[in-house]
Amino acid sequence: MADGSIGFWTVPLAVLGGAIRVSTPFLFVSLGECITERSGRINLGLEGTLVMGAMSAYGISYLSGSPWLGVLAAGITGAMLGALHAGICSLPRVNDIAVGIALMLFGTGLAFYLGKPLIEPTAPRLPAIDFGWWSDIPQVRAALRVNVLFLIGVALAPILYWAFRTTRWGLLIRTAGESSDAARAMGHSVLLIRLRATMVGGFLAGVGGSFLSLFYPGSWNEGLSSGQGITAVALVIFARWDPLLCLWASLAFGGAAALGPALQSVGVTSGYHLFNAAPYILTLAIMIITCSPKRTLTGAPAELSITR
Amino acid sequence: MIIGETPPPSGAFGVDAIAMTMRFGDFLALDNVELKVRPGSFHALLGENGAGKSTLVKCIMGYYHATEGDIIVGGREQPIVNPKDAHALGLGMVYQHFTLVPAMTVAENLVLARDDVPAVVNWPKEMKALEAFLAQMPFKVPLGAKVSDISAGERQKCEILKQLYLKRRFLILDEPTSVLTPAEADEVLGMLRDMVLKGELTILMITHKFREVMAFADDVTILRRGKLAGHGKVSEMTPDAMARTMIGAEQLTVQPPRTGEAGRARLELKQVRALDDAGAVAVHDVSLAVRAGEIVGIAGVSGNGQRQLVEVLAGQREAESGEIRVAGDPYRASREEMRRHKMSLLPEEPLKNACVGGMSVADNIAFREFDRAPFASGGWWLNRSAFRDDARKKIARCKIKTRTPDTPISALSGGNIQRAVLARELAGDIEVLIAANPCFGLDFAAVAQIHAEIMAARNRGAAVLLVSEDLDELLELSDRMVVMFHGQFVYEARTSEADLTVVGRHMAGH
Repeated sequence: MADGSIGFWTVPLAVLGGAIRVSTPFLFVSLGECITERSGRINLGLEGTLVMGAMSAYGISYLSGSPWLGVLAAGITGAMLGALHAGICSLPRVNDIAVGIALMLFGTGLAFYLGKPLIEPTAPRLPAIDFGWWSDIPQVRAALRVNVLFLIGVALAPILYWAFRTTRWGLLIRTAGESSDAARAMGHSVLLIRLRATMVGGFLAGVGGSFLSLFYPGSWNEGLSSGQGITAVALVIFARWDPLLCLWASLAFGGAAALGPALQSVGVTSGYHLFNAAPYILTLAIMIITCSPKRTLTGAPAELSITR
Repeated sequence: MIIGETPPPSGAFGVDAIAMTMRFGDFLALDNVELKVRPGSFHALLGENGAGKSTLVKCIMGYYHATEGDIIVGGREQPIVNPKDAHALGLGMVYQHFTLVPAMTVAENLVLARDDVPAVVNWPKEMKALEAFLAQMPFKVPLGAKVSDISAGERQKCEILKQLYLKRRFLILDEPTSVLTPAEADEVLGMLRDMVLKGELTILMITHKFREVMAFADDVTILRRGKLAGHGKVSEMTPDAMARTMIGAEQLTVQPPRTGEAGRARLELKQVRALDDAGAVAVHDVSLAVRAGEIVGIAGVSGNGQRQLVEVLAGQREAESGEIRVAGDPYRASREEMRRHKMSLLPEEPLKNACVGGMSVADNIAFREFDRAPFASGGWWLNRSAFRDDARKKIARCKIKTRTPDTPISALSGGNIQRAVLARELAGDIEVLIAANPCFGLDFAAVAQIHAEIMAARNRGAAVLLVSEDLDELLELSDRMVVMFHGQFVYEARTSEADLTVVGRHMAGH
């Protein structure tokens, strides 16, 4: 141990570090999608929002020199894409899933187009907090370098859980998602509630994107997101639309995504690509275990187009 | 207070709708209708389906804007642009379809309904206030329970309590007792009647139950096909006179008399268990035998497992355990078995459960036989003209109102959709007939026709299982009655010997 080698312990440590690092975009997108879906709409376009967020955060951080301005810009970009989704879905006979797929392609395409000049330059990145100062082992220190956005995300999950129960807006969002008739009978505009919920969801997804380009991996290129946005949308389903479960599910996914690189670092190279597919295998496995043809999903907002 | 604005009066007030006309495109839903509800009265609004009752009250509540006409609230003309305006004036409405959010608790639903929901809800304080409010009310609801977990009767009470919690002083009730047992209905309406007598409330109730009109209402207004057909004091009217005013000169199908004796058991259920969508046991090991030439009625408040039982028999839901036999053979609800045993099915919500909405009336009528001669050659080549010819005959026989046999069935009214399903299901010989709420929401003419067809099928020797929430329908048609409560059969009697109060008590689970 004296030479700093910790042998096989590298793997669980790397998985822990990965759970913290890789989970952040999952966490933000899934919390955002949680808000949107609780209002009764599915926004599949969050993959596009994530990539647009990453691109605009990187661009603004580069131009202004402040990564936090970049995060804000990413959120605003996301909110605007959310407004676009909600606006199109407000029209009669428009399917939210189809619009989502269109916006996913639109968002990624636009980000690649606008982001072309950003591949070369280096933008200021977000700072990290060192929680591993007490240890001499470099792997531990690396695993415990935590970004502030992750902490914000972790705090956000219980706040949302509380807000869905005790705030006026939380109750209204749930009403719109569970029974639009009831919301209308109370004199609320369901479309307006969903517009706002989708914008907030887009804002969070955009912030999640800024983490990709400004912290980990920490640069802008076209292969930045490998479907995290879409995976996070699926995550909401098996987190049963519960923000606290979204947090745990995001951590599990982050850990699974770190498995491949961690095994490679200790010399297990066979099946590298297979281990990289761990999050997706996890998705399938959880889907198969938790689904039943005989019962409906518990906790699913009744107004979602997939449950109606 | 703004100068010039009068403070809202306290206590009950009246509402008049004068010369109301409502046009939807070419369709005249209301034609110069007048409705006068006196302050502090219990007013019944009668009419068949499509007579314009709902349209009229929705105009009063601001959901629709009448093409012509005025609403006078408490003696002053009021422009009611949307439901919020109506709420501000103290008008409230309890809808036929529940407006509670099923996934939320009763307390959340009550607080949410207020116009002034605080940005952050102080739950301990709100719960105390709600409990204090409930203490003054004659019936109780569980505040902490999720609405999806309480019975339909409790939900209806919640809907009414919600309106009282919101301090409404003019209450519109749309068929408020359709999900209640007779005793529950009397309890709820009796309590509202007391509030009316105290001068706290005015009530306008849409209904089709004459018993309730006679027992609780002061005045009645009757609509027919969008026109005012009659109005007056209930004390000066009889149910027969009201029924005649409702249906006009239309001839009703005469029900054939009950003839013949019951034969051998034809449909047998043994220890059948089924789950609901959430995975809870909805049908609890029920056993039943229906004999040929007999109508067995299953009574019960909706949501006690009847729907899941019918779905099992229809093949829409798999039974967890138990056995079903038809004419002695095991039955798994396959198309082949249904055909062999000459089984027919009239499920509830026929558009959803028995039709494909986007397909034509002719196609829907052909579902049972479409791949057999003369409709198909060799089991795959369909003969469209045979479909249409057959459909034309059935459309004429069952008096289905459709423009052409090729019209999509979803474009038809509820009564005509049910008639089309009837035409398909009751076409040939029937040995087993399963019907679930076959007359729900239909007009007198359709109800009379369906009742006559069911009785005729029984007289021809069919075993009929009739699931209904309407006790009057069961008392009229069935030979034997079973009460279903919490997924179990808790009471059985010959209909001729059944005591209505005992039946009602078992429906409520006592």
